[in-house]
Amino acid sequence: MLATARTFTLDGISARPVRVEVDVHRGLPGFAIVGLPDAAVREARERVRAALVNCGFEFPLRRIVVNLAPASLRKAGPGMDLAIASALLSASGQLEWEALSRVALVGELALDGSTRAVNGALAIAEAAREGGAEAIVVPAENGPEAALAAGVDVIPLDSLARLPALVAGEWEPPRPRGLSLQAVAGPGGPDLADLRGQPHLRHALEVAAAGGHSLLMIGPPGAGKSLAASRLPSILPPLATVEALEVARIASACGRLGGSLASGRPFRSPHHTISPAGLIGGGTPPRPGEATLAHRGVLFLDELCEFRRDALEALRAPLEAGEVSIARAGGRRNLPCRFMLIAAANPCPCGRGEADPDCSCAPIAVQRYQGRLSGALADRIDILAAVRQPSAAEIGGGPGEPSADVRERVTAARERQERRLGPGRSNAEMTPGEARECALSAAAGALLAELYSRQRLSGRAHDRALRLAQTIADLVGAETIGEEQMAQALQLRRRDRG
Amino acid sequence: MVEPRACPDCLRRSWLLAQLGPYIERTATGAVGSRSPELLRLSNEDLVAVAAPKLAAQLLGRTAALSEQHLATELLAAQCWACCRHGDLYPAGLRDAPDAPWALIGRGDPGLLDGLEPFGAVTIVGARRATSYGREIARELGRELAAAGMVVVSGLAFGVDACAHRGAVDAGRTIAVLGCGPDTAYPAAHRSLWRRICEKDLVLSEFPPGAAPWRWTFPARNRIMAALAGMTVVVEAAARSGSLITADLAADLGRDLGAVPGPVTSRASAGPNNLLAGGACVVRDAQDVLDAMLGAGVKRIDRVAPALDQSLAEVLAAVEMGENSCDGVAAALGLSGPDAATALSRLELLGYVTCSTMGLYSRTLMPSPASAGI
Repeated sequence: MLATARTFTLDGISARPVRVEVDVHRGLPGFAIVGLPDAAVREARERVRAALVNCGFEFPLRRIVVNLAPASLRKAGPGMDLAIASALLSASGQLEWEALSRVALVGELALDGSTRAVNGALAIAEAAREGGAEAIVVPAENGPEAALAAGVDVIPLDSLARLPALVAGEWEPPRPRGLSLQAVAGPGGPDLADLRGQPHLRHALEVAAAGGHSLLMIGPPGAGKSLAASRLPSILPPLATVEALEVARIASACGRLGGSLASGRPFRSPHHTISPAGLIGGGTPPRPGEATLAHRGVLFLDELCEFRRDALEALRAPLEAGEVSIARAGGRRNLPCRFMLIAAANPCPCGRGEADPDCSCAPIAVQRYQGRLSGALADRIDILAAVRQPSAAEIGGGPGEPSADVRERVTAARERQERRLGPGRSNAEMTPGEARECALSAAAGALLAELYSRQRLSGRAHDRALRLAQTIADLVGAETIGEEQMAQALQLRRRDRG
Repeated sequence: MVEPRACPDCLRRSWLLAQLGPYIERTATGAVGSRSPELLRLSNEDLVAVAAPKLAAQLLGRTAALSEQHLATELLAAQCWACCRHGDLYPAGLRDAPDAPWALIGRGDPGLLDGLEPFGAVTIVGARRATSYGREIARELGRELAAAGMVVVSGLAFGVDACAHRGAVDAGRTIAVLGCGPDTAYPAAHRSLWRRICEKDLVLSEFPPGAAPWRWTFPARNRIMAALAGMTVVVEAAARSGSLITADLAADLGRDLGAVPGPVTSRASAGPNNLLAGGACVVRDAQDVLDAMLGAGVKRIDRVAPALDQSLAEVLAAVEMGENSCDGVAAALGLSGPDAATALSRLELLGYVTCSTMGLYSRTLMPSPASAGI
């Protein structure tokens, strides 16, 4: 007898439909799975056999062939157990389920027949909806996550033993409520009030957040660079629902969602020994890297000079395009990665900085170290902030302005940008053409023109200064860029020469 | 306009030196009597006899066989020209030096040598491993001296040399003296700077096109640098440094010697501080150099030190007191971040402060606004 069931396999962060065909016929007893299964799929044989027996079903002592179509697609992970078991029950006549081919099933089976959570339940539920499935049966644990995908009936199942009751309509599990996206939209993360004193660093953070500009902080160890970076998500504007779903989808595909959504925008801080594949994603099948995990959030590269050159080079194109493209023999996968880049570095190898009399670095070593800052990613960095050890008075002073207040200003500035540039766009993404159309006051224009004519600015730096000035003007709510805003932008810009 | 011309015998000397490169490398030990400037005083025959006695006949014969035609073609192929000690273009400063090169090979504008007197040029030398202080001072000196009409002479090396050239090439004229052929950018990292100087100003050498640099060629080129200019300024140098050789050579020639004072604790400033203790001229800015060379007050650098309002003057004072970051200035004066940024940006545009690639501010040589115009 032949039975088919529908399920999905995860590919990157999206789900691909898979049709499970089970044929049970006479012959030597055996259980074969064909259709490019990986090791985890092949081991489904043992799990399905034990789960069926332990739930009181009969494991047919006949020849069983499971085909996973399309045969050309690699199938990975244990999420197909439930579909294989259901189709096998149907094919062996133990379960009469005429709707089997119209619902989708995902879930890993334990040996006692209970279901276990799978990665990417959200992406799978959305794919089921797109594929026109009537309902999707998921492990009970994945219920709230799958329910985020509105428009498809999500049936949580805790054990294979309940399947006959479910099919017969004798048992109707309560439908799960979707996770609340409100949490993601909230500020989350530690508060900027912890950053005491350091008014310039605060301003640089605020401008970076308001315009989506990338920021490089240079300063001695312990001056508060990491502290400042980790506070950045809390001053970014709240995520829109669509964006929150994107974040949830990526977290779900990586199995990082757990029982609840992490609050706030993602903040990723990979160690500097990370490989290019770890940073932008890779492997077969392609798995998302840190850049994708930081989507709609902050990617913080501490000790920028210590990162592998090839890893930083790999980050360039994704930064520009807002997505990672990974080419594999099976085709090309695009993973989203629109994040804010924040980096930190020491001023010299010993970390104290040349101005400190205790700095023991040879000038040539300092030059070489600083030379590393100018390569690779430097082109993509807009703002440079020199961070210094805060004075005792600053450390001992009261807490700084809380995140909520800063966030309000940042959100207002972003709204102004969206009105001008279109939804979802920020000043950092302005094309050179758009940047040159910024409304400049006469004094600001004269300032910029003077610096440019003295050859202290390259063409690229000229446009960068315009973008920064526009963000600062948006922050204070000015219609045109004034001379003061332009002066601040010129101070904040990254210097490509001394 | 004097056309560059060189007599073939003087030119052959250059080609001979290039061929003797590895032999002199072994002979020139640096001990008194066998330093390269001393060796280069010798005649062709004596020099070959000292450096490569076994090959003497062969080398002299090969050099003598170089035809005038051949020399001219090689110079032309490398876009170079030559002038010799018998020509009109030969700089006056070199004529009175006992070990002066017989011929100079140049690439760039020969007009720069036309009528070049020692009091029209300043040599700026210093450590390759310069600190940011040394680099900044070298750039400022180069810029201001060039702007005041002086020719800035240096050696295109890392550190102070390159900064002096960079400052000067924007503001006026500069000459780079190399220890290899003038058609070779050495060090290679300064290729773009070398190209700019070739196109706009002048690169000089006593070696023919294609000649490789040796250890001994650097003290040799130092003697040209010392002789070309009326004053040699040492910006930063360790206690034992090649820049001090240039200083010694300049003193031997009776040229003025200047040194930029630095912190007494800084190893990079040990050399100039020692020179100052020995009586060298204190160089705090370009005006000091002009006063020492031309007499006090003969030529003034017109630096417009624009007036500052109260708040900017306070920020400038904070930078002068050692606050080098925007945060430091803001905290010291109780300013908000944006206000401090605005003030520093304005000061930078006015030329009072400069910002490094690390985002740290330092004071420039611009006089403070209070003393401006005195």
